[in-house]
Amino acid sequence: MIKRNILPGFGLTMGFVIFYISIIVMIPLIIFIIKAFNISWLKFFTTVTSPRLIASYKLSFGISLLAALNNGIFGMVLAWVLTRYRFPGKKIIDALVDLPFAMPTAVAGIALTTLYAPNGWFGRLLEPLGIKVAFTPFGIWVALSFIGLPFVVRTLQPILQEFDPEVEEAAASLGANRRQTFQRVILPMLRSGWLTGFALALARGLGEYGSVVFISGNLPFRTEITSFLIVSKLEQYDYDGATAIAVVMLTVSFILLLGINYLQWRCRKYQ
Amino acid sequence: MADWFKGSSAESKIRQEPPAVRVGLILIALIYTGLFLVIPLVIVFSEALAKGIGNYMAAITNPETLAAIRLTILTVAIVLPLNLAFGLAAAWAIAKFNFPGKNLLVTLIDLPFTISPVVVGLIYVTVFGLQGLLGPWLAAHNLKIIFAVPGIVLVTIFVTFPLVARELIPLMQVTGVEEEEAAIVLGASGWQTFRMVTLPNIKWGILYGIILCCTRAMGEFGAVSVVSGHIRGLTDTMPLQIEILYNEYNFTAAFAVASLLALTALITLAVKTFMERKIRRKLELAVGVESERK
Repeated sequence: MIKRNILPGFGLTMGFVIFYISIIVMIPLIIFIIKAFNISWLKFFTTVTSPRLIASYKLSFGISLLAALNNGIFGMVLAWVLTRYRFPGKKIIDALVDLPFAMPTAVAGIALTTLYAPNGWFGRLLEPLGIKVAFTPFGIWVALSFIGLPFVVRTLQPILQEFDPEVEEAAASLGANRRQTFQRVILPMLRSGWLTGFALALARGLGEYGSVVFISGNLPFRTEITSFLIVSKLEQYDYDGATAIAVVMLTVSFILLLGINYLQWRCRKYQ
Repeated sequence: MADWFKGSSAESKIRQEPPAVRVGLILIALIYTGLFLVIPLVIVFSEALAKGIGNYMAAITNPETLAAIRLTILTVAIVLPLNLAFGLAAAWAIAKFNFPGKNLLVTLIDLPFTISPVVVGLIYVTVFGLQGLLGPWLAAHNLKIIFAVPGIVLVTIFVTFPLVARELIPLMQVTGVEEEEAAIVLGASGWQTFRMVTLPNIKWGILYGIILCCTRAMGEFGAVSVVSGHIRGLTDTMPLQIEILYNEYNFTAAFAVASLLALTALITLAVKTFMERKIRRKLELAVGVESERK
């Protein structure tokens, strides 16, 4: 159905939007990419494949994946509990789920470091057990678990809310028990939403900086994340090196963004 | 009445898990949020006030900290009106009109969410820094963007510009175009239509968008840290001041500044909860009217 739109203001608002995005995002990004092409191949290659960087890719990717996974599992429990059950404190928990979106990363970083440092509330309890969290990869996992907590919860909540009760009732009346209904009926409907939340948490974890740098301690080869190495190259005035690493990170971001868009498109198709 | 109905109806019992499973899941949810959300929030305030209210006030009124607070407020004061204008314009164009390339535009608006803040900072250093493309020209004209306030403002805009738009687009899509079209047909001007028809529908979304944008602009760390240059008392925002104080082992002062930002985060969450209730009520009302019509 094609209908002529009689509302005014399209030219004005669209013009402003394109102008704004061009100035803030597109032009700087294009200049950056042109600059990146000016780096010699040798320099690019030796920078992005240096052992210290390879160690940081493994760390950043591995821990982001791990944190996205546990947030995926507990996020699903949270979304389920918040949409289906009633319990005291539910509204507060529901509001608090967004805390990692609103709390500045530096604040989260120093709070978590203080908690998990050897003399902190949690560190003191874990130390006798031989578990060190602050200044180890475990600490990075804690920070990324905090940062990535809301994503799966917030993508699953609307899907669970709009879930037609009759579908579950049909499954039950056809003889499925509760577990079968969950596995065969509910889980498949949640898959796209869950993957979207998971991918968003992963993307956020890969690029995260503020909450991680405090708790990780930034030990070369052990707890250096990739975004920290960009900052460290910049501090040594190695602009080409920093740019080379950023190109790798941007490429991964774009691939994830495309994947997320595809998943969201599939999500909408499902509903 | 609804509760009583839920409890006794046979159909909804089918949709319920055994009590043990229910209690178990609720406990898991409470423990996970307790460990990862509640306790980190509590420790910010408890560390800030650990050495008494006097020390807390002294930490906040320290001249360098006050300079950081002023710079943060200045940044927000510039960023917020621009991003608000962008959000309103983008929501109007995207929610009320169809045009080719709409999906691409929406993807572009989402871009800052997937780019690492550190990379954002580096992009601006590449454009405006001394080694950058415009660097020599800027230096010749005695203009400083990187390691100065304009750079901080620019990266903050980059990181926060989608926030208002993302709140308003779904809100304006839900209400559709019929009310606005009716106003135009009845002779209202475009501005009158926006002010008297659209605005009342989206005012809570605007309020939340503004608060979220403020909170995120105040708290941005990675991108600002790359372009600021960390000149104390001049280019340090609140999060950078927290980092400096923390690295100097001045924990009470670091957490005192952090508690101010944590407080704005809590206000943001409260406004969001309040706004969602308002919008739900409005939607239920709209659905009710709709079904009555049928």
